[in-house]
Amino acid sequence: MKEQDEDWTLVIKPSSGLFDLQLKEVWRYRDLLQMFVRRDFVAVYKQTILGPIWFFLQPLFTTITFTIVFGNIAGISTDGIPGPLFYMAGIVGWNYFSECLTTTSNTFIQNANIFGKVYFPRLIIPLSIVVSNLLKFGVQFILFLALLSYFMFTGADVQPTWAMVLVPFLIILMAALGLGFGMLISAMTTKYRDLKFLITFGVQLAMYASPVIYPLSTLPEKYKPFILANPMTSIIETFRYAFVGEGSFNWMYLGYSTLFAFVVLALGIVVFNKVEKSFMDTV
Amino acid sequence: MSDTVIKVENLSKQYRLGELGTGTISHDLNRWWHKVRGKEDPYLKIGEVNDRSTKAISKYTWALRDINFEVKQGEVLGIIGKNGAGKSTLLKLLSRVTAPTTGTIKAKGRIASLLEVGTGFHEDLTGRENIFLNGAILGMTKSEIRTKFDEIVAFSGTERYIDTPVKRYSSGMRVRLAFAVAAHLDPEILIVDEVLAVGDTEFQKKAIGKMQDVSTKEGRTVLFVSHNMAAIYQLCNKGLLLSNGQSISEGPIEQVLDHYTTLTSTMVLESQIKGNLNIELLNIELYTNYTNKSSNEFLIGYPAEFKLKIQANHSAQNIEIGINFKNNFGELISHITSLDSGRTFSLNEGEVIEMVFNLTSIDFSPGLYWIDVFIMDNGILLHGIHDILSFSVLNSNKVKRPGGFPQHVKLFTEANWNIISLT
Repeated sequence: MKEQDEDWTLVIKPSSGLFDLQLKEVWRYRDLLQMFVRRDFVAVYKQTILGPIWFFLQPLFTTITFTIVFGNIAGISTDGIPGPLFYMAGIVGWNYFSECLTTTSNTFIQNANIFGKVYFPRLIIPLSIVVSNLLKFGVQFILFLALLSYFMFTGADVQPTWAMVLVPFLIILMAALGLGFGMLISAMTTKYRDLKFLITFGVQLAMYASPVIYPLSTLPEKYKPFILANPMTSIIETFRYAFVGEGSFNWMYLGYSTLFAFVVLALGIVVFNKVEKSFMDTV
Repeated sequence: MSDTVIKVENLSKQYRLGELGTGTISHDLNRWWHKVRGKEDPYLKIGEVNDRSTKAISKYTWALRDINFEVKQGEVLGIIGKNGAGKSTLLKLLSRVTAPTTGTIKAKGRIASLLEVGTGFHEDLTGRENIFLNGAILGMTKSEIRTKFDEIVAFSGTERYIDTPVKRYSSGMRVRLAFAVAAHLDPEILIVDEVLAVGDTEFQKKAIGKMQDVSTKEGRTVLFVSHNMAAIYQLCNKGLLLSNGQSISEGPIEQVLDHYTTLTSTMVLESQIKGNLNIELLNIELYTNYTNKSSNEFLIGYPAEFKLKIQANHSAQNIEIGINFKNNFGELISHITSLDSGRTFSLNEGEVIEMVFNLTSIDFSPGLYWIDVFIMDNGILLHGIHDILSFSVLNSNKVKRPGGFPQHVKLFTEANWNIISLT
């Protein structure tokens, strides 16, 4: 009987270890991830006239609004960088993080219908969200680059720095933060829906606690620690520094963000994994 | 032993009744506190048998309790039971949609489930895109889907609409497409829940045929849940009967179905009664033509006898009795009425009458049949019961052809063959 036990390819038990992540299975379902990304990308703009152009319009209009409201009306300093460029650098990065976070945090509720019928590694959904948002980010990033080169040609005082090589790393950090927080919240919202309300304005508030609309350098000293506690702060500052040469760049701050991101991600994955098994009973 | 592909041991699933709200956090904390101290979950000890019609005393209920069974390679297991018996919970556990509270399930090979097909269809995507999406959700790789794509489309019969968004599909087309995708995945173990309820008869036949192929030709194991006893009878070779979360009967499908009919016939009276009940059917019994005992098996081509017991709650003068005979698929095969024999009955209030009617011979092809009884008075329905009982017709010595009477032929007609001349 004992040797037969090893023949079982699948054993379903009430609960499993904390770190039983079944990454092998996630890999086996990689095609599904691709299908989900495709679905997200294609389906969102079906039956719209402008189609994928909306990807450009969203950050463009936000940039214009910010330029008018914060730059021209409120007169918040942009550290001598042309307003549109300053805001867009922040918006593009922040959008990626916040979209990852809010969409991931809805994973269980949004997909309860599918999750209730078929099994596949649940981790696929948050991963697909991160990837499809990455595509969206890519499109917006191109828009940003276009804007950047326009300003460079017209002789504005911007110069990209060596920190550009850090951009892929920054993207990974933003993805990790969005994914980690999102999964933590998604796991908790299955039982306690309160968080769903918190998340919508929480993300918005967090944006004001990060240097999206103001440069870190103009901040009064006494507020600085609070803003720096936001792990997105140094990411956005570094991103801006990389392309326009202004903003503060500090290895220590970035190190803090990195540590923060990976702790949150690890925690998120573990909690998510724990909840996915029986969330159907509580959702 | 080596061909056991699913082994379920002491499987239980507990659910919390009522709303999740106040008390949720305190129970969670209490649970956690017990766990920290290395004690057993305090809420696992409580909970009651899941009978949906009685009022709950405890806040927890066992949707499944200590289920044990094994399925062997190539078997088609039919899981039957009343609503709320735990069938779907069992399938959910098997398909890993939710985790069991206690117990284990061990399986060999991929399990794929067809629980209400078409989940994961995206309204805005075309049929083609949805085949890929749905296939991937069910666990196929892209190249697998690509090689089977034409087959899937052909099977679903939706070729013309393949590049139209699914939201423009009729519900039947959607099911066809979804079933086609699911039928073409190649899991070692396939779980099917009520898919055959939808779609037209032609498609149902196709689906049943496909499932038979999957189990007999390809040697795959199928777990099938349905309320369609006919489909169960036709497809499955083994059955598992659940009631209130517990397994009551397990074994060859005929035996389990038998058990189920006795279980349901006691409650059928409450659920499917129609009419004003001025006259009430108390009992109906079948007498088998070869043993003359009460039984529900008949031999093809032999006489059959039915006994009815009827009580009059109010007097009625022109009572007629009609009986429907339906086959496995719910098709009406025959109808008899006392009017054909020129008989009506009259009863006074409080009287109980027993009567017998004989069929000169049962000519239905071998299989399972269901009967409905209607008691009328001048065209007004007094008492009507659907599916009051079932009986099976077996091959007899009247059918001498090899292999017995074919099941797809509906009626057996007895004939004598004589040679008139030979030149």
